[in-house]
Amino acid sequence: MALHFEILGRFNRARAAQLTLPHFVCQTPLFMPVGTQGTIKGLANNELERIGCQIILGNTYHLALRPTSELLEEAGGLHNFMNWPRAMLTDSGGFQMVSLLHLADITEEGVTFQSPVDGKPMLLTPEESIQIQNRIGADIIMALDDVVKTTITGPRIEEAMYRTLRWIDRCITAHKRPHDQNLFGIVQGGLDPELRDICVKGLVDRNLPGYAIGGLAGGEDKDSFWRVVAQCTAALPEDKPRYVMGVGYPLDIVVCSALGADMYDCVYPTRTARFGTALIPEGVLKLKHRAMADDTRPIDPTCPCMVCKNYTRAYIHCLVTKDAMGSQLLSYHNLYYMMRLSRNLHTSIVEGRFPKFVCDFLQTMFPKGDVPEWVCNAMEVAGIDISSCCATFPSCQEKYSSDEIGTNRFDKVKIEI
Amino acid sequence: MKFAVKKALSSSGARVGVLEVGSCPAPIETPALLLATRKGLPHFISPELLPSLPSPDSNLLQVSPLHFLEGLSTTTISKIGGLHQMLGLKQHGIAAVPRDSIQCLPESKAATRLGASFETPCGRLLIKPKDYIEMISCMKPNIWASLADEVPAWVSEKRNKTSVDRTLRWLDDCISLYPAAGSIFGAIVGGTSLEERKRCAEEVAKRNVSGYWIGGFGLGEGIDERPALLREVMDILPDEKPRLTCGLGLPEEILQGIAAGIDLFDSTYIYSLTLGGFALTFSLDKSGEQHNLQSDQIGSDSTKINLRATAYRKDMSPILENCTCYTCQNHTKAYINHLLNVHEMLAQTLLEIHNTHHYLRFFHVIRGAIQDGSFEEFRQAFLESRREHFKGEAIST
Repeated sequence: MALHFEILGRFNRARAAQLTLPHFVCQTPLFMPVGTQGTIKGLANNELERIGCQIILGNTYHLALRPTSELLEEAGGLHNFMNWPRAMLTDSGGFQMVSLLHLADITEEGVTFQSPVDGKPMLLTPEESIQIQNRIGADIIMALDDVVKTTITGPRIEEAMYRTLRWIDRCITAHKRPHDQNLFGIVQGGLDPELRDICVKGLVDRNLPGYAIGGLAGGEDKDSFWRVVAQCTAALPEDKPRYVMGVGYPLDIVVCSALGADMYDCVYPTRTARFGTALIPEGVLKLKHRAMADDTRPIDPTCPCMVCKNYTRAYIHCLVTKDAMGSQLLSYHNLYYMMRLSRNLHTSIVEGRFPKFVCDFLQTMFPKGDVPEWVCNAMEVAGIDISSCCATFPSCQEKYSSDEIGTNRFDKVKIEI
Repeated sequence: MKFAVKKALSSSGARVGVLEVGSCPAPIETPALLLATRKGLPHFISPELLPSLPSPDSNLLQVSPLHFLEGLSTTTISKIGGLHQMLGLKQHGIAAVPRDSIQCLPESKAATRLGASFETPCGRLLIKPKDYIEMISCMKPNIWASLADEVPAWVSEKRNKTSVDRTLRWLDDCISLYPAAGSIFGAIVGGTSLEERKRCAEEVAKRNVSGYWIGGFGLGEGIDERPALLREVMDILPDEKPRLTCGLGLPEEILQGIAAGIDLFDSTYIYSLTLGGFALTFSLDKSGEQHNLQSDQIGSDSTKINLRATAYRKDMSPILENCTCYTCQNHTKAYINHLLNVHEMLAQTLLEIHNTHHYLRFFHVIRGAIQDGSFEEFRQAFLESRREHFKGEAIST
């Protein structure tokens, strides 16, 4: 084990902690930006530090292709290669493989696919994935899991869950650097509580440094999503970090943190920036919209970032989708927003004002009080009273039993200004 | 804006001057480079990284007002308070020039007596003096060039003469429409005709302007034709006012312009290099000699390196060992090579930083040579050793 996880504050299930990794001491809850190919699109390291990024993610699949894990090893690891002084996490490569390559196939051996470089048949095994990640050298590495989309039903999910457990043993055996790289296991099992339970128990038995909740953020309805997170966080050990993979919408992060998760990653903030969308407390702001052309306010008047302090919506409007600088500035702001959210989650829990933070957050995002039902349900389980933010949905204001199913009228959580 | 010549060489037109402009933190020494911009900001260098460049050398920017026609009205720019406010660059000096030599190019065939024509990303635009002045008064640059009818070197005598007539008329329009704030630089054209250049310079010198913008270069004339044309113009212009030019971007051209007496340059060289994946490595030795070998370069010395080359795949050294720019202090050739391979924008950002830094240092060394009185020797050594290097490269490949 190469990490130290110390809880500094709590509110019911939510926790704020200090996560000490080989390269950096982090505060959780935290969001990890995705630096797919060894860079966070368009932003330099000193900007990332200024923004407050603590851990960045590298994608093993992409890096193994270019510049290759062997070169990274020669360079002394990805940290050295990109000169990133803080912490890093690499995924196993499995997800990209399955989502990016149409001819990928999963067998007991591993993931077979056609090399995108020369079309040759290739195989990514748990052993190979760990070896590549050992060479890349990130603080946290992910086990190769058998990922299945949550929209799929049937025996495939059970097969995948058990295979994930068999693969974790192979990953553990293959891992050559347990003293400076932390291998996280990933809980699978689709939306089936029993399968999830078996997987959690299996992984916990292996006594890993940390655990991820995988297989979500792939199109399942929000009601199912939060229930899986709630179940897993309740069952995973208290004293180890919990990472919900692929979770990126600010609202989802707040809910998952209330339920007891600590770490998140998503391409959403940077990807949506490239399409001209800014993250703001009220939801999102589409800078491409004609109405922005003469709006001389900053993107977010409450945001102290370099972009909001210096630039108007009108100016950013004339840049977005047309000039590289537009993407850069919006990515900067969006990541700053996510880091600010992370800091606020951490501090509000430590300072004993987490429920108020959640209420203010929801009130700003849903000024009419139309907080989505799944959020109300989740907060109920998290033991956070958000009745002050919910105007129109009476069931938020009463004790709510987990047997009732909502109408899901409020699937759209973003509002546009 | 205030400008003063500190030292002028008798052997050539080269001079060192001092420019005080806007709220720049310190006076800027000339000859100086204006950074190229797109909609006011560098193409790739983030505002957060701009301060890492040498200051106040890097505090001069050239902005084309035409860039904003794509999506930002003059009313809005006014409301925001002008360019400095809008760009968050309150400590920078901004020179507004319609032509940016990259995307806003003069289109002489479509110009009329009513206005100059430019090819832009928004299509072909006809810019009339009145419209131009409206842009300038909203943007409030520190320096701005009057509207010019620039023509390429191959137009007829008649067309060339017309371009001078129009440019002078538009200068008078600009002066009368906007006599107050912001320092106007009178535009001087005349193509490759010595007479027209002289005529234009004489007329512009009569007007009450703060400086001169020498246009019409970089539009097809030969590099050897320029010295005579420049001399014709410079001989007429008063020494005490600054001279800004457009279209002289390569090191050889910069030296040529400085020798003639130009003080301020824009350059698209950096942008072209950056897009191509090149990093400047030419020697900044005070003597001008280009034979200094880098200790860990592969093969002989070079003026620039192509970071896309596979040779750099595992090169864990910076672009230049002694370079103090952000890129060389933090990153290796191998990393930039990787970024270029995977088409990541950070590659361009890092290259633009290094190339800008290197070029600014080039100007710094030139200023030193002028101060020392060794400019002509510097120039000769630079040109000759560079020529030899290129000759050598051509033969070996």
